[in-house]
Amino acid sequence: MIEVGAAIPERTFTINRGLLKAYADASGDQNPIHQNEEFALSVGLPNVIAHGMLTMALVGKFVTDWAGGSAKVTHYGARFIKPVIVPADTDVDLTVSATISAVDENSVTIDLTATSAGVKVLGMAKAVIKK
Amino acid sequence: MLNPDSVGRTFEGANSITVTQSEIDAFAAVIGESDTTVAPPTFSIRISLEQSQSILSDPSIGLDWTRVVHGDQKFEIFSPIKGGDTFSCSSTIESYRVAAGNEIVTVRSDLKSGSAIALSSWSTLVVRA
Repeated sequence: MIEVGAAIPERTFTINRGLLKAYADASGDQNPIHQNEEFALSVGLPNVIAHGMLTMALVGKFVTDWAGGSAKVTHYGARFIKPVIVPADTDVDLTVSATISAVDENSVTIDLTATSAGVKVLGMAKAVIKK
Repeated sequence: MLNPDSVGRTFEGANSITVTQSEIDAFAAVIGESDTTVAPPTFSIRISLEQSQSILSDPSIGLDWTRVVHGDQKFEIFSPIKGGDTFSCSSTIESYRVAAGNEIVTVRSDLKSGSAIALSSWSTLVVRA
């Protein structure tokens, strides 16, 4: 049901170093904190971290699948509050869920929750979808 | 430190940018999206972040890009991007503040097709002290 308060079922994406490399190539963001563990540690990070925009792209896939395609999304925003930490040879989860927060004649607004290893990674994450 | 005179200024991209279908396909493939009739909602970051980087790290603006982390990101999509679309791009430094030694700058990027804005995005970047 499209009504305020309705939950959209949770879904889990898998993130690993291979996906970070693929995203770096597809997005053009080759910052070494997303690929090189030695470099990431040298700048005070706990390990290699995922691109915030990769997290946002995957959460965006959750949104567009629910919405019925990429063309339906008119607004999408999020704050990066904690990094998704991606150790070598490890699959980490990105677990996404959402709740409908507003409905009007033309659009539906959803509030998104995204966690990795139980830690909330996005804040104030919202999307607006054309009906 | 960012040159305070740059706040509020808009920088026009030197060249127009044509999005190819293969760029959209490659971006979509990473997130498991097989329908690429329009680009995924965050695709434009590929264009806008590079623009912002080249503007903000210019010596006359003075941002240290090597210390930048992404604070938040927002997209407003008026017309979804398709393969073959050509855009002119502009970036505006909308706000700037310093908090606990970190510089926090918000840049708006507009992708325009003729005079119509197809997409606006806002990137808040934090330059760590």
